[in-house]
Amino acid sequence: MSGRRAIVASALSSIALLGGIVAILYLAPGGAVVRNAFFDPHSMWQAFVGDPSKGLSSVAKGLLTNAWMFIAAEALVLIFGLLLAWVRLSHSPVLFPFRVLSTMYTDIFRGIPILLVIFVVGFGVPALQLGTISNQSPAVYGVAALTITYSAYVAEVFRAGIYAVPQGQLMAARSLGLNHPTTMRRVILPQAVRTVIPPLLNDFISLQKDTALVSTLGAIEATRAAQIYASTEFNFSSYTVASLLFLALTIPLTRFTDRLIAKDRAKRLASA
Amino acid sequence: MSTTVLSIENITKRFGDQEVLQGVSLELHSNEVVALIGHSGSGKSTLLRCANLLEPVSSGTISLFGQALQDPSIDEDAVRRHIGMVFQSFNLFPHLSVLDNVMLGPVYSLKESKDSARQRALELLERIGLASRAEEFPDRLSGGQQQRVAIVRSLAMRPALLLLDEVTSALDPTLVGEVLDLLRELATAGTTMLIATHEMAFAREVAHQVAFLDDGILIEKGTPEKIFTNPAQESTRKFLERI
Repeated sequence: MSGRRAIVASALSSIALLGGIVAILYLAPGGAVVRNAFFDPHSMWQAFVGDPSKGLSSVAKGLLTNAWMFIAAEALVLIFGLLLAWVRLSHSPVLFPFRVLSTMYTDIFRGIPILLVIFVVGFGVPALQLGTISNQSPAVYGVAALTITYSAYVAEVFRAGIYAVPQGQLMAARSLGLNHPTTMRRVILPQAVRTVIPPLLNDFISLQKDTALVSTLGAIEATRAAQIYASTEFNFSSYTVASLLFLALTIPLTRFTDRLIAKDRAKRLASA
Repeated sequence: MSTTVLSIENITKRFGDQEVLQGVSLELHSNEVVALIGHSGSGKSTLLRCANLLEPVSSGTISLFGQALQDPSIDEDAVRRHIGMVFQSFNLFPHLSVLDNVMLGPVYSLKESKDSARQRALELLERIGLASRAEEFPDRLSGGQQQRVAIVRSLAMRPALLLLDEVTSALDPTLVGEVLDLLRELATAGTTMLIATHEMAFAREVAHQVAFLDDGILIEKGTPEKIFTNPAQESTRKFLERI
């Protein structure tokens, strides 16, 4: 198919698909109700900006809470996850107990629903009455819980990436007299990180969405703000706003990931 | 007699209940080239890895300049700095440029300054005619070029001895020559080398001693003249006939 015909064909099929969805919203018996409940422009705007006089929080402002929670959690997860993977792959006899602990850790926290971890941290730690530690905002406990759970996943991603580096690389580095840490730092990890970026960013996209669960601790983030709006105004358009805002955060990240992969692939193909 | 560089005494290596090396002894003197021949799976690679401490031996001793390497107090990394190793599959670091591949050992293992390491790396690359490709990534090079870079990467460490594990086996036949030429040059310059190889003509030409390994047993060792024209053992004769 020529370039122009391909463009026309893809445009037509896109219009047909979108048109179909819109048609369902307009032609279905309950279409009008759904449109009004989920896509009412006035309600959407009101939910977006919030209305303090009615006690309505802004969904957009709530999203900022989500944003700082996942940024903090992602940074911590990278450090903690790598540390766990490193310990688990170490050979030193001195690290034996830590090796066992890190294996148990990944087993346990990949097996517990994140919502339970959020409850345990968010309600348990304040109840301990440990001074400053027990006096943090729900969002801080949310970050802690997300870090605890996601580090277990990310540690496994790192471990898989490290295993994927051919054994010959390790032998070549060691035969140059490099010690184990230097071999990891200069030879193994740079190669492992490259293969690990797509699955890592995948986990980060889930993490970004899971910040919504911290609403259960009472943190006023985007979902919670949308929920307050919906239960006050009896209109669900606020959920649509929250969804769109989450998409605005996750889509750039997915696009960025794909571009990184494509760039790396192009570089490899060019040199093959 | 010249100094003994590497002395392998009666080593065995077991993987599970499989004995890959059975009481192998071998000596390597300075400026000497020893060729290790034998079928694939005869234990050549394992012997080289044991010599480099990449594999621990099950019993026996290996000494470098008279120092036993099985001593638990030995610093294995320090030992490996004196022993260069080149692999069948090159094992260049794909994320580093050719130059950085050659510089990695001197900078992070010998703690040389980057400037002096770079200068020496460029000299070595110049010697193999690849200085102009220094900034490129290894996968831009042909197999023969990659293997020559791998050899030079080991040389950058100024090793006392070089272990070569079938370094031409993964190469396109047309590229074997350039690698063997470089090894010939090194042999002439007096580099001490232990070479596991299937290139019999090359072994005959370059090696001072040839050792035949069969099923983990060192069957015989002697001058190329003797091994290739008048081997003492039946199995050596059979192996050479089949090649």
